[in-house]
Amino acid sequence: MSGSSDAPEVEPGAASVEPGRSVHLLSEMLRVRRFEERCVELYSHQAIRGFLHLAIGEEACCVGVMQALDPEDAVVATYREHGHALARGISMRAALAELEGRVEGCSRGRGGSMHLFDAATRFFGGNAIVAGGLPLAVGLALADHLSGRHRVTACFFGDGAVAEGEFHEAMNLAALWHLPVLFCCENNLYAMGTALEFTESETDLSLKAASYRMASWHVDGMDVLAVSEAAREAADAVRAGGGPHFLEMRTYRFRSHSMYDPDRYRDKAEIDRWRSRDPIDQLRVQLVARGVLTDADVERMESAIADEVLDAVDFAAGGTDEPVADLGRFVTSTPGGAT
Amino acid sequence: MSTITYREALREAIREALIADERVFVMGEDVGHYGGSYAVTLGLLEEFGPERIRDTPLSESGFVGAGIGAALGGMRPIVEVMTVNFSLLALDQIMNNAASLLYMSGGQFNVPLVIRMATGAGRQVAAQHSHSLEGWYAHIPGLRVLAPATLDDARAMLAPALDDPDPVLIFEHAMLYGTEGELTDDAHTRDITSAAIRRRGEDVTIVAYGGTLRVALGAAEVLAREGVDAEVVDLRSLRPLDTSTILTAVSRTHRAVVVDEGWRSGSLSAEVASRITEGVFYDLDAPVARVCGAEVPMPYAKHLEDAAMPQVADVVAAVHALGA
Repeated sequence: MSGSSDAPEVEPGAASVEPGRSVHLLSEMLRVRRFEERCVELYSHQAIRGFLHLAIGEEACCVGVMQALDPEDAVVATYREHGHALARGISMRAALAELEGRVEGCSRGRGGSMHLFDAATRFFGGNAIVAGGLPLAVGLALADHLSGRHRVTACFFGDGAVAEGEFHEAMNLAALWHLPVLFCCENNLYAMGTALEFTESETDLSLKAASYRMASWHVDGMDVLAVSEAAREAADAVRAGGGPHFLEMRTYRFRSHSMYDPDRYRDKAEIDRWRSRDPIDQLRVQLVARGVLTDADVERMESAIADEVLDAVDFAAGGTDEPVADLGRFVTSTPGGAT
Repeated sequence: MSTITYREALREAIREALIADERVFVMGEDVGHYGGSYAVTLGLLEEFGPERIRDTPLSESGFVGAGIGAALGGMRPIVEVMTVNFSLLALDQIMNNAASLLYMSGGQFNVPLVIRMATGAGRQVAAQHSHSLEGWYAHIPGLRVLAPATLDDARAMLAPALDDPDPVLIFEHAMLYGTEGELTDDAHTRDITSAAIRRRGEDVTIVAYGGTLRVALGAAEVLAREGVDAEVVDLRSLRPLDTSTILTAVSRTHRAVVVDEGWRSGSLSAEVASRITEGVFYDLDAPVARVCGAEVPMPYAKHLEDAAMPQVADVVAAVHALGA
């Protein structure tokens, strides 16, 4: 982790993380990866429709940050949020049922891939307007501040969001009011298909946050141990009243922006270079080399995850369609409300 | 009984809400130290302090979104936006989040938020401070849209709006803030769904709301001197529309004029006229007439601004044209 402003220097790496936690991180990343791989298959079978944005390659970000949160904390995510939902504790069953439009889905089939919500884990979506979730996170944190609660609101967004006015408005409000927000920027270098260098006059995103007098750090988003350490430290500081923190995670999505994207804007060598830094492979190799895990342990882990995925696939396939008569339900809280 | 102004009635309602419920706070541009751009919140900072009377930067999208987030977090925010034209900067948050979150989340996350803003022309502040865009908001499922046209409603509507589990937008016509009079028992109504009959009549129904109510009542007075007895319906709620009250009135008077300061094309007046035609077509003795704002960006010059707004004479002429 490097500090752009007044960030403390922390030595990341495996040595500082106890083995059990490392294994958990690997397992969580694998859950996200295998889930999304299955989503691709289900998409090709047309069980999943609409937009499907995959975060394959970016798993270290959502998994790493989520370790730092407590159950009463809040999460605001983007439309590329399957991993965040799973890592936060939404079941694969509820997530996949949502992707298949079933009433058993975590948003009753009203949201789909881009709008996963869950009150039980305080997961506030699934926001598909780029940067639209940042003001919400500020407000959630404001509610905690006004109520005297020591909670953290973790707000995820991509590098594309920093070009939006809402990003700057939210940064300013959070810093001005010293609110407990952990801003988590997943910088995968491309806003859909346009590289950061073509859209930003300053491509060091943590500098932008620092300009709002906010503690601002960047971290290797392909190293889950580094991410989880940095997130833990940042979340602890936020919770202790240190004001908002900005954590930029430099990462990469291995697949295209969505299932519709032909990916003409990236060259293969670049993709291969990042693939060689696959966060899952890196950690697995490291843990096996250190003797924390054996190959057989990894196989057992894979097998358990495969079972979980299969169970979710069956659950979603056997799910029910919400009756069309309920189309107008939840437009307002009370039936016959302001419609 | 002492008199009260529209802005004082609004302020009393806000004060009462702040005293009654710790979760209520006010947030917006110039609501605190300045006292509110229309002086609605004057004195509240001194009484309730800066945590609950929260000045914001000029970040409409940011602070409206923060209001939504605070509502999700259990608070009951009253967000003030300076004028409806500025609210367009927050339209993303109002529509894509406030109005949609409950539905997108399958009923899990409601947004108990009140957003107040000034609307309408008449102060010669030209084309970026004067429009009547409440009809746009009334287009959006998931929002409740209110237009207090009277002192009583200015006093009454906030409390039930804050009790609503879903987002409520309150549009205050800028020309009404200084109006003065006495409150009646209606100042304590909890009703934010019904239209109100402001004048009983037999010959024609004039439908109005917000700033055009006084135009409609003025026209009714002129018509009365001519022997034409006009019924005046104040919509009060623009979404949902109290269609039943409108249709009952029109089916009795057989003629209808809809007055709306908003632009005619694709307007709230079009919706009201359409519902009348759908609902009581065979009771009509004449086509439904509309008196709307001129389809121009609001001009500055006084005579042009007047010409762009529905006037008493326009409404009287419209009624005459119906053969009433």
